[in-house]
Amino acid sequence: MSVTASHIRAWIGGYATVIAEHRTELVRLDTAIGDGDHGTNMDRGMRAAVERLEATDGDDIGALLKAVGMALVSKVGGAAGPLYGTLFLQMGSAAAGRDALDLAGWADALEAGVKGVQARGKAEPEDKTMVDALLPAVAALRAAEAKGAGLGDALRSSANAAEEGMRATIPLEARKGRASYLGPRSVGHQDPGATSTQLLLRTAAETFAGEG
Amino acid sequence: MKKLINDPDAVVREALEGIEAAHRDHVRVIHDPMVIVRADAPVQGKVGIISGGGSGHEPMHGGFVGRGMLDAACPGEVFTSPTPDQMLEATKAVDGGAGVLHIVKNYTGDVLNFEMAADLAKGEEIEVEAVVTNDDVAVQDSLYTAGRRGVGITVIAEKICGAAAEDGQSLAEVAELCRRVNGQGRSMGMALSPCITPGSGQPSFELGDDEMEIGIGIHGEPGRHREALAPAAAVVDRLASAIVEDLPYESGDRVLAFVNGMGGTPLIELYIVYRELDRFLQGRGISIERRLIGNYITSLEMAGCSITLLKLDDDLTRLWDAPVDTPALRWG
Repeated sequence: MSVTASHIRAWIGGYATVIAEHRTELVRLDTAIGDGDHGTNMDRGMRAAVERLEATDGDDIGALLKAVGMALVSKVGGAAGPLYGTLFLQMGSAAAGRDALDLAGWADALEAGVKGVQARGKAEPEDKTMVDALLPAVAALRAAEAKGAGLGDALRSSANAAEEGMRATIPLEARKGRASYLGPRSVGHQDPGATSTQLLLRTAAETFAGEG
Repeated sequence: MKKLINDPDAVVREALEGIEAAHRDHVRVIHDPMVIVRADAPVQGKVGIISGGGSGHEPMHGGFVGRGMLDAACPGEVFTSPTPDQMLEATKAVDGGAGVLHIVKNYTGDVLNFEMAADLAKGEEIEVEAVVTNDDVAVQDSLYTAGRRGVGITVIAEKICGAAAEDGQSLAEVAELCRRVNGQGRSMGMALSPCITPGSGQPSFELGDDEMEIGIGIHGEPGRHREALAPAAAVVDRLASAIVEDLPYESGDRVLAFVNGMGGTPLIELYIVYRELDRFLQGRGISIERRLIGNYITSLEMAGCSITLLKLDDDLTRLWDAPVDTPALRWG
């Protein structure tokens, strides 16, 4: 009933595949309101993250997440590099020394990651960013924890909440990043960062499924 | 799409190898992570100055590495911010014991990556100050956007701060100077055609044969207004009016005027732009005391121009005139 180091490895490997599959979609979303490089940059970064994980031994979940964060920081570039890098680095700090995470431990790690992303990017809810997918996902984990739900159910509800948050970015006017230069012209487009974040949390639910 | 390249994925690396082969007297090149460093760095006792940004804006920033300007530049992928490991490598390579100034253009990616790099440099006990340039009057400055973009003033700030660092000014003094230059500078650009990144192969936006885009950024992002193509005099009036009224620049002011090509505009047209700008400013009682005309902060093959004005005083004029010896800017 917990997330293990091998789950983390499978999650990152799975997410790299998902990003490669959605690369064109992410580029299309980013071309509409940004500069069109999100899919390309995330694909390059996740391939580097997988390589970095393969070279990282051991069962310390914190060390594995930090290795992913460092790979993303050094390979993604753009705004997504520091933001996704910080997400994983802060998750790694919260999970340092642990070889398994229960629901509370996973929620703590994700919450620490999201706080790091907000501190780095200074985004608030409804700024039309990845934060709009991350915050509902953490809230859903906490709600499931309070109800005494199993890990599998909690992860699924957190992925669903991220998906709703992603869709809710469509009518928003962007207030952060390059999309904010478009002002009202950013309305009607789904945020690419919220989209890649939703994919990350959906992949987590699918990878860790059956554990609840 | 026609490009004079070998492989779309190798554009930045191969260009860097070309710079290395061409300019060994000025720079050395670190390939992993990618950094262009002044050949004699670190200069002991001198404040180091680094900058960086996406590739595709050449000669900015790599062409400005050398005596009297930048100590290092970090090139990212085309139109993509460089990464903190590059900036940390650059910071370490140029730290001569007097600290390092990061000159950062206001784009979210550049700002976030430089912030992470400054955190990392602190861990290495190198004193770092960062100044963010944001001179583009085409963008509304508001709490609800990422703020004004950093464009043409960045080139001027790199030159003036480079001279101050050569003079032996402290990190705090050079950073304050950089903020002053940014505060007294304003820019605006326009495009006659979009650009095509080697990776996408697609134009960054569509523009009719009889249209122009006013308020363009330097990454092929569309501007604020699309309108019918107008003569150079009318275009300059649009750009210069927005700039002059923003600061504002007033009768009696002395300025440095920078007419910049976006990469695909011939010099003959940039001189027509300069002619119109000179007349426009004379009409307002503003005198051009120094000028720079050419392709310095480009957007691949985009056709168009930007205008930057800097309000001068004796100190800034002296620092602008000080010797500079880089691949792209050289005098004195």
